[in-house]
Amino acid sequence: MTTQARVANTTEKSDAAPGRNRPTRPIYLDYQATTPMDPRVLETMIPYFTEKFGNPHSRSHTYGWEAEEAVEKARAQVAHIIGADEREVIFTSGATESNNLALKGVAHFYKDRKNHLVTLVTEHKCVLDSMRHLEEEGFQVTYLPVKQDGLVDLAELEAAITDKTVIVSIMAVNNEIGVIQPLAEIGKLCRKKGVFFHTDCAQAVGKIPLDVEAMNIDLMSISGHKIYGPKGIGALYVRRKPRIRLQALITGGGQERGMRSGTLPTPLCVGLGEACEIAEREMPEESKRLTKLRDRFYNAIKAKLPEVYLNGSLEHRIPGNLNLSFAYVEGESLILGINDLSVSSGSACTSASLEPSYVLRALGVDEAMAHTSLRIGFGRFTTEDEVDRAVQDIVEHVTKLREMSPLWEMFQDGVDIKSIQWAAH
Amino acid sequence: MTMRAYLDWNATSPIRHEARAAMTAALELTGNPSSVHGAGRAAKALIEDAREAVASLIGAGANQIVFTSGGSEANALALAGSDRRVLASAIEHDSVLAHAGAERIKVTNEGIVDLDDLEAKLGDKTPTLVSVMLANNETGVIQPLADVIRIARAHGALVHTDAAQAAGRVPVDFLGLGADLMSISAHKLGGPQGVGALVIGERATVAPAIRGGGQERGRRAGTENVAGIAGFGAAATAATVTDWRTVTQLRDDLEQRITGLGAEIFADQATRLPNTTNLRLPGIAAETLVIALDLEGVAVSAGAACSSGKVRPSPVLEAMGVSEEAASEAIRTSLGWTTTAEEIDLFIAALGRIRDRIGQRDMRAAA
Repeated sequence: MTTQARVANTTEKSDAAPGRNRPTRPIYLDYQATTPMDPRVLETMIPYFTEKFGNPHSRSHTYGWEAEEAVEKARAQVAHIIGADEREVIFTSGATESNNLALKGVAHFYKDRKNHLVTLVTEHKCVLDSMRHLEEEGFQVTYLPVKQDGLVDLAELEAAITDKTVIVSIMAVNNEIGVIQPLAEIGKLCRKKGVFFHTDCAQAVGKIPLDVEAMNIDLMSISGHKIYGPKGIGALYVRRKPRIRLQALITGGGQERGMRSGTLPTPLCVGLGEACEIAEREMPEESKRLTKLRDRFYNAIKAKLPEVYLNGSLEHRIPGNLNLSFAYVEGESLILGINDLSVSSGSACTSASLEPSYVLRALGVDEAMAHTSLRIGFGRFTTEDEVDRAVQDIVEHVTKLREMSPLWEMFQDGVDIKSIQWAAH
Repeated sequence: MTMRAYLDWNATSPIRHEARAAMTAALELTGNPSSVHGAGRAAKALIEDAREAVASLIGAGANQIVFTSGGSEANALALAGSDRRVLASAIEHDSVLAHAGAERIKVTNEGIVDLDDLEAKLGDKTPTLVSVMLANNETGVIQPLADVIRIARAHGALVHTDAAQAAGRVPVDFLGLGADLMSISAHKLGGPQGVGALVIGERATVAPAIRGGGQERGRRAGTENVAGIAGFGAAATAATVTDWRTVTQLRDDLEQRITGLGAEIFADQATRLPNTTNLRLPGIAAETLVIALDLEGVAVSAGAACSSGKVRPSPVLEAMGVSEEAASEAIRTSLGWTTTAEEIDLFIAALGRIRDRIGQRDMRAAA
């Protein structure tokens, strides 16, 4: 038996009997926050932690060369899944760094000619934060609203681009609501207007087909740990023809064509490459399987609970995501109640705060409904059994919380909650 | 299997088994440290344990540690965006020099930072951040940081020190030293590549380069490299008990034997790391020597790894006043805690054979 098959078998076995050797762990349905590593990915990484430990930038000996060869193979694997040339891929410490580098790097390099950037209000925090930082430096930024389904309005985008615009940054897939932006249309528009198009693909790579040529993408951010690879590694695609120039954030040794210095973490690069290759190969099958699981979950919830609302488009959405608001339920109590499920109420990066999700607010979801939302993420290792148990758990807790809620009672009596004049206090 | 000798520990160290075990365990975990559910909190706990371990290795407070993607990023975070003049020594790593002003603190022939020159350059009252490394990557020379800090303090300057090569090899005491900022790297002390840390003291402030998400108290955004950080912590703990006396003996033995072969050692009178030797065999170009050694199964380096792809004499040796010809012949050996006497024997034997073969050929060519 090959080692790979053995690893796969072990996984199956532990799925079948989760409680045998350790206490039952919560069901993990937070695949947009992070993903477990695929054992096949881990296996390709291991040798580079131990016997093949060389510095890939050492040019004088075998240890360095074998590490460099592994890094270059990984670079080709990353390039392949997005239809790029390997010389257009640079490794970073993750998508956050990639987004920072793409936006600040381009803005700083071209600042003598252009000073305007365009993005969406629903972008990931690290894009918005980079934009705020650039504003402090004197750049102009347009934050476009989104439609009720979470998608960009192309006419508004076109109107926002001026002759001072250097770059448009629009994410491929939203981390909270999973909606897919029309990348090909955005790319075409940007090319026509002569502005660069950057897209944060942390949630998109391996989930939907991506092609930097067909979609006219100039810069793309990629994450390792969202696609069953390791944390601490990502990549930035930077177009060569026509060449996009960047001012580096981390300078020094001159690695990654001067765009990103620092010793490359060989095992992490190898892990990202392998994760991309597996994702590319298995995407068609995996999408079908995840769509089935998601529909199973959503249909069961809808059948058993009234007053549940889906946030964001269902049609333009990755298969592994649902974002649902449970009306007449207090959000924090729900999260605390379903502690056998690892799910998120909003993006992981912001979920430690109690502010309602800015993404949901941008869709026009009111504050109360934003507070009662759950993000449910399905992935490669999610089973039908887990889906069924999760549904049961959520239905049980929502029902219980609603029984205790005076608002739920009023709603059932036909009172329009919105018409009530609350005492100010 | 043919015997091989890895004598390039300053480029990267093999991973410690403690670090490997910690990483394997961490890779089995799924959570994002920012998630509030149990899976997320477990990942967060690993990071905080590692923060304690790293802090303890270098005598800093855990809350002063900011994890980064490595030493280069730590240097960038410390220096780029500083509102002070950055005054670096002439022998700093490229990732420091990239963020420093054109003016450089001179070094002596032994590769030690020139304290008189530092004092003179601080005399102009410009608010300054001084950057002097704890130990040099090419020569291993340990810098007089306590003196640097004393002089800097007297002139109201802050001090950053790149301790990537020193941490885990010689005792480092951030608080005792009184430095304001210190960069360290995991893969130089037996942790994984792709993780490092910046230590930020009370007086220092930094301008975050990577923003959004609010991790590391807003000073370094991005989902943390959980396994890497766990490996860093385990390596730091292991490093506190590593005995360097064996390495020192092996290094002394190596230096004695290469001197016997006619080699010249740079900065041999200076206080150096226990593991680093920068040497030349007069008449044999460094590029020729490293390739010939690799064919014999010995991994060494010609200058720093980051720049070893580029053929140019080392700026460090140049700053020490070494002639261009001598600098073009310099190679570096660096040892570590698993280096054996057999590896040293292999290196010495190979060096002897190469000297005889190439030395004779060159003499024939000259004749």
